[in-house]
Amino acid sequence: MNEIKYWQSFGELNKSDEFKKSLVNEFNDELLPLEDMKEILDAKTPRRDFLKYIGFSTAAAALAASCESPVNKAVPFLNKRDDITPGISNFYASTYISDGDVVPVLVKQREGRPIKVEGNTLSPVTNGGTSAQVQASVLDLYDTSRLRYPMAKGKEATFEVIDKMIADDLTANAGKPLVLLTSSLTSPTTKQIITNFLAKYPGARHVQYDGVSYSGMIQANEASYGKKTLPSYHFENAKVIVSLGADFLGTWLSPVVFNRQYAETRRINAQHPQMSRHFQFESYMSLTGANADERYLHKPSETGAVALALLAAVGGSVTSNLTGNAAEGVKKAAAELMANKGAALVVCGSNDTNVQIIVNAINEAIGAGGKTIDWASTANYRQGVDVDMATLVNDLNAGNVGALLVYGANPAYNYFAADKFKAGIKKCPVTISFNERMDETTELCKYVLPSHHWLESWGDAEGQGGNISLIQPLIHPLFKTRQFEDSLLKWIGSSTAVTSTDSTAIANTSAQTGNDYQTYFKKYWTAKVGGEDNFNIALQDGIVGSGTGKRSLTNNPDSTNTTNTNNTTDTTSILKNVTTALTLSGASFSGNVAGAAAKIAAIKSGGNEIVLYQKVSLGTGNQANNPWLQELPDPISKATWDNYAMISSAMGKSLFNIDIFNRKDTDKYEVNPQKPVVKITANGKSVTLPVLILPGIHPNVIALAVGYGRTSGDNNKTAEYIGRAAYGAGVNVYPLVSYNGTNVDYYAANATIEKTGDTYPIAQSQVHNVTEGRPIIRETTLSKFIANPKDLNKHEEEELAAYGEDFVKDATMYPYYDKPGMKWGMSIDLNTCTGCSACVVACHAENNIPVVGKREVARYHDMHWLRIDRYFTGSPENPDVIFQPMLCQHCDNAPCENVCPVTATNHSSEGLNQMAYNRCIGTRYCANNCPYKVRRFNWQDYTGSDSFPDNQKGIISDATMMMNDDLPRMVLNPDVTVRSRGVMEKCSFCVQRLQEGKLNAKKENRTVKDGEIQTACMQACPTHAIVFSNVNDKESRVSKIRNVEQKDRKFYVLEQLHTLSNVNYLAKIRNTDRVVGDIHDDSHEKGDFHGTKEANSDKQDH
Amino acid sequence: MNHYRRFIGTTTTGIFFLFLFSFNNNLFAQDGQAIFKSYCASCHKPDAEFTGPPLKGAREREAAAGLPKDWVYKWVHNTTSMINTDPYAKQMFAKYNSVMTAFPDLKNEEIDAVLDWANKYEKPAAAASATGTGTAGEDDNSLLYGVLTLILAVIALILLQVNSNLKKLSDEKQGIRTPNPVPFYRNKAYLLLGIIVLFLIGGYFTMEAAIGLGRTKGYQPEQPIYYSHKIHAGTNQISCLYCHGGAQDSKHANIPSVNVCMNCHISIKEYTGEPITREDGTSVNGTAEIQKLYEYAGWNPDLKKYDRPGKPVEWVRIHNLPDHVYFNHSQHVKVGQQQCQTCHGNIQDMGEVAQFADLSMGWCINCHRETKVQFNDSAGNGNKFYSIYEKFHDDIKNKKYDSVTVERIGGTECQKCHY
Repeated sequence: MNEIKYWQSFGELNKSDEFKKSLVNEFNDELLPLEDMKEILDAKTPRRDFLKYIGFSTAAAALAASCESPVNKAVPFLNKRDDITPGISNFYASTYISDGDVVPVLVKQREGRPIKVEGNTLSPVTNGGTSAQVQASVLDLYDTSRLRYPMAKGKEATFEVIDKMIADDLTANAGKPLVLLTSSLTSPTTKQIITNFLAKYPGARHVQYDGVSYSGMIQANEASYGKKTLPSYHFENAKVIVSLGADFLGTWLSPVVFNRQYAETRRINAQHPQMSRHFQFESYMSLTGANADERYLHKPSETGAVALALLAAVGGSVTSNLTGNAAEGVKKAAAELMANKGAALVVCGSNDTNVQIIVNAINEAIGAGGKTIDWASTANYRQGVDVDMATLVNDLNAGNVGALLVYGANPAYNYFAADKFKAGIKKCPVTISFNERMDETTELCKYVLPSHHWLESWGDAEGQGGNISLIQPLIHPLFKTRQFEDSLLKWIGSSTAVTSTDSTAIANTSAQTGNDYQTYFKKYWTAKVGGEDNFNIALQDGIVGSGTGKRSLTNNPDSTNTTNTNNTTDTTSILKNVTTALTLSGASFSGNVAGAAAKIAAIKSGGNEIVLYQKVSLGTGNQANNPWLQELPDPISKATWDNYAMISSAMGKSLFNIDIFNRKDTDKYEVNPQKPVVKITANGKSVTLPVLILPGIHPNVIALAVGYGRTSGDNNKTAEYIGRAAYGAGVNVYPLVSYNGTNVDYYAANATIEKTGDTYPIAQSQVHNVTEGRPIIRETTLSKFIANPKDLNKHEEEELAAYGEDFVKDATMYPYYDKPGMKWGMSIDLNTCTGCSACVVACHAENNIPVVGKREVARYHDMHWLRIDRYFTGSPENPDVIFQPMLCQHCDNAPCENVCPVTATNHSSEGLNQMAYNRCIGTRYCANNCPYKVRRFNWQDYTGSDSFPDNQKGIISDATMMMNDDLPRMVLNPDVTVRSRGVMEKCSFCVQRLQEGKLNAKKENRTVKDGEIQTACMQACPTHAIVFSNVNDKESRVSKIRNVEQKDRKFYVLEQLHTLSNVNYLAKIRNTDRVVGDIHDDSHEKGDFHGTKEANSDKQDH
Repeated sequence: MNHYRRFIGTTTTGIFFLFLFSFNNNLFAQDGQAIFKSYCASCHKPDAEFTGPPLKGAREREAAAGLPKDWVYKWVHNTTSMINTDPYAKQMFAKYNSVMTAFPDLKNEEIDAVLDWANKYEKPAAAASATGTGTAGEDDNSLLYGVLTLILAVIALILLQVNSNLKKLSDEKQGIRTPNPVPFYRNKAYLLLGIIVLFLIGGYFTMEAAIGLGRTKGYQPEQPIYYSHKIHAGTNQISCLYCHGGAQDSKHANIPSVNVCMNCHISIKEYTGEPITREDGTSVNGTAEIQKLYEYAGWNPDLKKYDRPGKPVEWVRIHNLPDHVYFNHSQHVKVGQQQCQTCHGNIQDMGEVAQFADLSMGWCINCHRETKVQFNDSAGNGNKFYSIYEKFHDDIKNKKYDSVTVERIGGTECQKCHY
């Protein structure tokens, strides 16, 4: 399989000069500035001076060292709670909620501090999956820019005072209606409370608003099925998946759920060689598109035309004027859809009601209802309707709103007509914000009553109908905040309030007035689930309903706080179709297809078009001040800390005269982090931002990510109000959104793009490492795999056979060491890895990995222990993409180990490549010698730089400094050393978890159960692509994968180097008939590589 | 000369050990004492009334009441049901007004061991002072060696000098001319020797001092409350785990919270034991120290209620490990079955706690090299976790070695403690 040529950048594709240079100068470090130091080096130091200096420094060191050691205090509790034992982590079930996103989670709490979020495996919806945002959300709790107290008219005040002021204000302005503006709410109790609250104010209404709207789908469903909601999707039942611009693996609706479902259709082995076929029609390279088997490009304005063409092809009586490549694709997709009626699904990311009606008609034609689309359980993640919001903004501007209460929504930032909203809110006499931060909307409000972070809150969430998960607080509120529901209950007054019955149990909440949300919540759910015991079980599980039946009441009550140890990953059960037990139901379709088709036909496409998308990391942008997310490389562009205009190579050529396929031009553009800046104008608004030329983008499309460019009204306040990580990161492109009277459109048909002549640096993480054409990835197509599964590894097996019978022992001069007890191994399935990056953030959180900031990333100093490498292959216009999570391979014959002069890195009897930080002297020989490039060096003191004043000020970025504060440092894992400057570090296979798991087994006098010990990346993965276990156990998951189930797909990266790595990969298989990748015909270029290298190293030698 | 010294060494050590053993005749009852400490000591005293009756003479009392010999086993294994059915148990309940916690896991032999030990129990004062004398004897001997060596060295030097002088005289007599003698302080050989010796001695001490930087063996800071382990763990035999329960569950042994102290001190208001003296000779008022505890707890002993907000005690931390070291108490106490004293010394004899071991890496590693793990055998003894080490089991079966040390299962690898 060596013939397929992979490339990570255009430079690598073209073998440009700079690229070749970078091959030799791998770490891109400038040598010591010897020229500048000539004077110093040549100076004649008298012997006596030398002795004086040496004497002085010895004396000074002795003096400093003999200073008294500090006196440490050990302060125990005054009254220790039974459930907290210092040094032991408790896990509590809760639910991540943000902007309508709902992910049931388990939160790891240590000494009363939440420090890590894991998925809740009891949830039938997510099955323990998480996303990068969920993983990172624990850091938001400790964000230094959170609001710390309530404010009235810009000044701090107590809640009591503000309550009274608001009560007076609301009475005074009772003449005009009150409006409650929130993001999509999924909580049944909150909605109940809101109903009660609004009942007090005649004419009051509740408007739900989403930063990125799904209104088109909701309205289309109302028109088609009479249901003003979204259905739940079941990708796992689909053999054919067609997505029209829906990034369902990255950002669309509920990617955690869809990742899990999608992976179930992509898990494959030689015994069951079946997988789904995925067609993607889109205008830029999305994460989902990167995973697709067949991908077709079109302009964003043509989405409707694609949908129409597809409907026509599956038998609808409509016509479409779609031509070109996409039309070919539609034909192929339609044929597949028709061949798999009842096992197919079409989803569409458009926010146009008419397009979505057509998509509904297609799903009707292919029998998706009740099979892959379930109307019995609705998806409540997004509920906002564009017209409601537009009406509200008009009412505000007309002065027709008496009071505006904002919770969770931030229209002053992410509404397309933010200026109009801002103007309107100024005309409203009473404005109240419950947002956690001083965001763009909150700073315009008269009263600010910050609500709790979800980790400090009680609550419930019903993401999908019937699947309710509960939220319980993991920490006492850090600041003077009050939960939104508490405020409403207080204002409703005692009439509807419930009286507190169990005041001892709720000693945590400060005000026990009897109408608090906690009591309300408890009463509500106790009544619903039938008794307090059931309520406690539901709270313990985090899941109501489907979860409750799983546990019996006789469960040991002592285990209430340390629940859920049953999260083993059993891929065999995943392989089984878990949804067979569920009954899905369809709905009867009555949409006006002809009318919708006529309106779509009227859409005009322009010359150059823009399309707005969300990044996997930041989404709509309300977590913009999260440094972990900001530093998370985009799966496709690998850029951090910024948004940019993604354009195709064709547009790059016409605009900047950069021919990306020309060696010299590639260097002009690619190697230098400075990128040309353009001005993009659409709908009369313009933004200025840098350009990234990437493969797989439609020649006439400019793709821009929303969620960046958070700015306070006074930009000097942004760092203080919104946060230091968000400050200066990217440009806000929400103003380019347009409104067509029914829906907001996330594209614009007539956009102009012009050069400004400026440049702007973009910090990309990948281009740092190159593979030098070595075969590190294996892939094949489904048909070839079925025909001859052994072909995948044939070439390598032949190569290794030359070293003798037993490659492990015969191909080395080093002795062989036994691994008598455990031997840890990991298996990563490239077929189910979608590149979602949840593991990267999970690794950050688990292992105290520092945030280095944009400037450091640009200097290749990023610290991710686990990175997801992205490789392109095939045509640069529309390439195939492959993701490969790359972490320390824990080689049994590790090249890094034998070059360490101080044996700081060596091998354990369990197969771990150990790194002893306190022994490391920072020579970086190991990083130099690591063929996988997974070792990371601490160039600065990224976590403890505040140890003395002005330490490293100006050297490390402001965003990194933000993490050097006692508050964010509360998130650090106390079981993992915090590394300081000058130390090498790398993936440890989460050795702290291995040690803990072994210790638990020893304490319980048993062996370690398979699946009991999980690494952070494995646990975070929504698709279970990563599996980890003891391979000395022949029955363990990894042993079985390697030796039985996936014998043919298994491979080790750079196995021929005899590194004997402990991480194996499973080859990617694409369900396509195309020939994947280029054929490697440049054997002479390989020689060329070596030639250059030698020549250059000669040069370096003197 | 050397032979002589070695002889003295062996003899003194031998005498010393003999000495020790002769005073440690309670060694056989050690087992009973250990069980007593971990199970019984919080409610029973061996020879006095406490929450429960004294254990000394329990057998006789039962026999006097006409109970069979196995009554006590039934009682310890299942107290609650006995309270309702057994007349003697009812009588006891009436007297002490509390039900003893049942210990169904205690074996009959273990109960016997406790009772036997209690019957033989004597006040420990005499034994402690005897051990003290033993230690002093060892110190005297080493001083003796030192002085002896020094004297012998001087004599040897003088003899050498005399020898060379005599040689010179005899040479002169025979007419062999020798160059004028250089005084020894000008003799280059001597000077070089001296410099080398000084360098070695200096180097040795510099290295020792450098290695010892940050190590605080013997560190004994003054604490906010004079808390005596000698009184609690020594005299009153309170099990270590009663207060430091974390030692068997968690990585931290945990200093008890104030409410744990108040469990007992709610009724123990004054100190009535033997006078307490600090190491510098000053005396400590035990009752005043208990008052300090009440200040922290916010307890009013007269009104018998908490009448003010309490505050936690800010103890001075004695055992400090660097941040890059991971140490887990439960691994050693629960899994490794180590006694607290192994690392913390004779804590039951300490007034204010002092650091016993230097907590250096060498000290850890040495123990890991020597200590045997509780390797499981076919009879079901030992920890079943180790059943995965098939190779070692085979080797033991083939008599290659008879036990497995911590080192052999990887206990000296970097990432067992540094991650």
